[in-house]
Amino acid sequence: MKTPDVTATLGDGKLQLAIYSATARLADRRREVVSLEAMPDYQQLRQHAHDIKKHTLDHLDYYLEQLERNIEARGGKVIWAKDGAEACAFIQKLARERGVKVIVKSKSMTTEEIHLNEHLEAGGIEAVETDLGEYILQLSGEKPFHIIAPALHKTIGDVSNIFERHLHSQPETSPEALTKIARIALREKFLEAGMGITGANFLVADSGAIVLVENEGNARLSSTAPKIHVAVSGIEKIIPRAQDLAVFLKLLARSATGQPLSVYTSFLAAVPGEFYLVLLDNGRTRLLADESKRQSLYCIRCGACLNNCPVYRKIGGYNYPWVYSGPIGKILTPQFMGIEHDPWLPFASSLCGACGEVCPVKIEIPRILLELRSNKVSSSPDNVELWSFKVWAWVMKHPKIYAKLASAALAAAPTDKDSFFAVGPLKNWLSQRDLPVPPAKSFRELWKKRSK
Amino acid sequence: MVRVSLFVTCVVDQVFPNVGIAMADVLGRAGCEVEFREAQTCCGQPAFNSGYRDEARTVAEHFLKTFEGAENIVVASGSCCSMISHHFAELLPGDHRVHDLEPRVWEFSQFLTNVLKVEDVGATFEGLVTYHDSCHALRELKIKDGPRKLLQNVRGLRLVEMEPAEECCGFGGTFSVKFPEISGGMARTKIEAIERTGAATVVSVDSSCLMQLQGALSRSGSKIGTMHLAEVLASK
Repeated sequence: MKTPDVTATLGDGKLQLAIYSATARLADRRREVVSLEAMPDYQQLRQHAHDIKKHTLDHLDYYLEQLERNIEARGGKVIWAKDGAEACAFIQKLARERGVKVIVKSKSMTTEEIHLNEHLEAGGIEAVETDLGEYILQLSGEKPFHIIAPALHKTIGDVSNIFERHLHSQPETSPEALTKIARIALREKFLEAGMGITGANFLVADSGAIVLVENEGNARLSSTAPKIHVAVSGIEKIIPRAQDLAVFLKLLARSATGQPLSVYTSFLAAVPGEFYLVLLDNGRTRLLADESKRQSLYCIRCGACLNNCPVYRKIGGYNYPWVYSGPIGKILTPQFMGIEHDPWLPFASSLCGACGEVCPVKIEIPRILLELRSNKVSSSPDNVELWSFKVWAWVMKHPKIYAKLASAALAAAPTDKDSFFAVGPLKNWLSQRDLPVPPAKSFRELWKKRSK
Repeated sequence: MVRVSLFVTCVVDQVFPNVGIAMADVLGRAGCEVEFREAQTCCGQPAFNSGYRDEARTVAEHFLKTFEGAENIVVASGSCCSMISHHFAELLPGDHRVHDLEPRVWEFSQFLTNVLKVEDVGATFEGLVTYHDSCHALRELKIKDGPRKLLQNVRGLRLVEMEPAEECCGFGGTFSVKFPEISGGMARTKIEAIERTGAATVVSVDSSCLMQLQGALSRSGSKIGTMHLAEVLASK
């Protein structure tokens, strides 16, 4: 099985420090605010959130139709998009019909998923990211490194350089000064834009509302300043009732950044201008059909699993093959793209379980990883590995043979990493660490002597 | 008298036999009648975690046959214990033998603190020690305070916490050889946390985590040693 080359990321000391310290900060803050003292009912809330998501996705058709009725009753329009191409085509056509040249966008992983910006640009429309992190990356031509902190890997110096190059600003050393530069550039765009595009954190079926959770106010501006607002959302973002927000809003910001609530939480129901909700499938109904892995769709995109994942903290966001990185990406990508797209992905985990422990909606990520591994092995086994495990299982059924073979193998294994005989898994082990010195006698031999 | 059947695991049997002996000593001193069933081999976890469920099932079946009728099965590893008590049910859904087995399988420290209600085994061990929470013991078996209490009651031993304590050592079974650079990087990060404590020994309830840590410590030229909890508790 081919695995990605992560040596460049692991060998970049500056990048390693940036990832490690930023994720630690987010993880530490989360831990503090969900501690037993700070939030005694945290575990009940997680279960409650899980149960609401389960109920909603088990009755998704009902709630989506309810949402559509309520949005249209308020003068909005719902567009059902089978895939990214349909979603992008609709937005492009709408922009063309309304003569829109500039679009302001607030941070949305869903629009990243369907490459909306590239589509709009190809149609001659300027789409400007207005979330500070996203804006930095748009200028430097990069993709989000993290679900909630897209420019997590950038230092202040990096950002200053990017602004100098693209906005011709003076070098700055404080985040405040850099933010001001972006703010001045973005204000122009907000005034110019004929359309605003946002994602949606929650779609509330009983009130036909969409909820946006953010810290910079740019999502509120994007959704209200331009005459036309288009929200793009996966169908799984729906919750039944406004009162369910009491559960999810308590969990989302705490899990993401350790804030009790984000700085801005917008509830958009009344529609002053034109409003469109693009409801995206793009493979979600296929996940929905798989009962044992359906809960992958419960994700509220808080990023807690990334911040607490020792693998993400080593390899960062760009070694993952799709927009969703970290543990949640490891279970979403194979299900959206097919397991053969990146067969190594579910195996790139020590199964430590930290992701499942911090997930605010209790997605059993480790269990799903194991299931995906089994799916991969069933659909396209590696013959050498398959036969190794077949032989291994047979040996393990025969204790006497096992005892002889295991001792012989251990005694024969080279412990020097440069040995000619250090091949395959042994070579990989020795590339990083030493092997223990094999004992003179196994436990079963010692035990026999002891019982005599 | 409490009857105990040891499951020492394949790693302890072949690589760290003294851990099994130490476990038998501690349990013996605590008044248990200890047996070792020679037909035992592995719990099947390497195949299960690699996606080979049929092969894992073969080994799980062998385990069930081997330990038929055992009153208490005490396991030298949190991870293998969890494989048996949590994951056998996924391999053999609805199998009554698995259902009957679950309440009789204990990780070593868990058996001492929860069943025998022992927190002081009368051991003596001089030195500064830090405890590594192995992931499956911590997150699947909820073992956190037990080993610490046992260590704190050892004469001469001073327990110091590493920060962060709950981050994986990077072993992860076949992960360690499928993704050696990531696994090695995780081990080195863990070692930095261990070194910051100033401890001379790192203790865990899982020999495979210790194999990873010991290997990485030795590669880095560190003098810090690794010991299974049972070895510390058997020290006099």
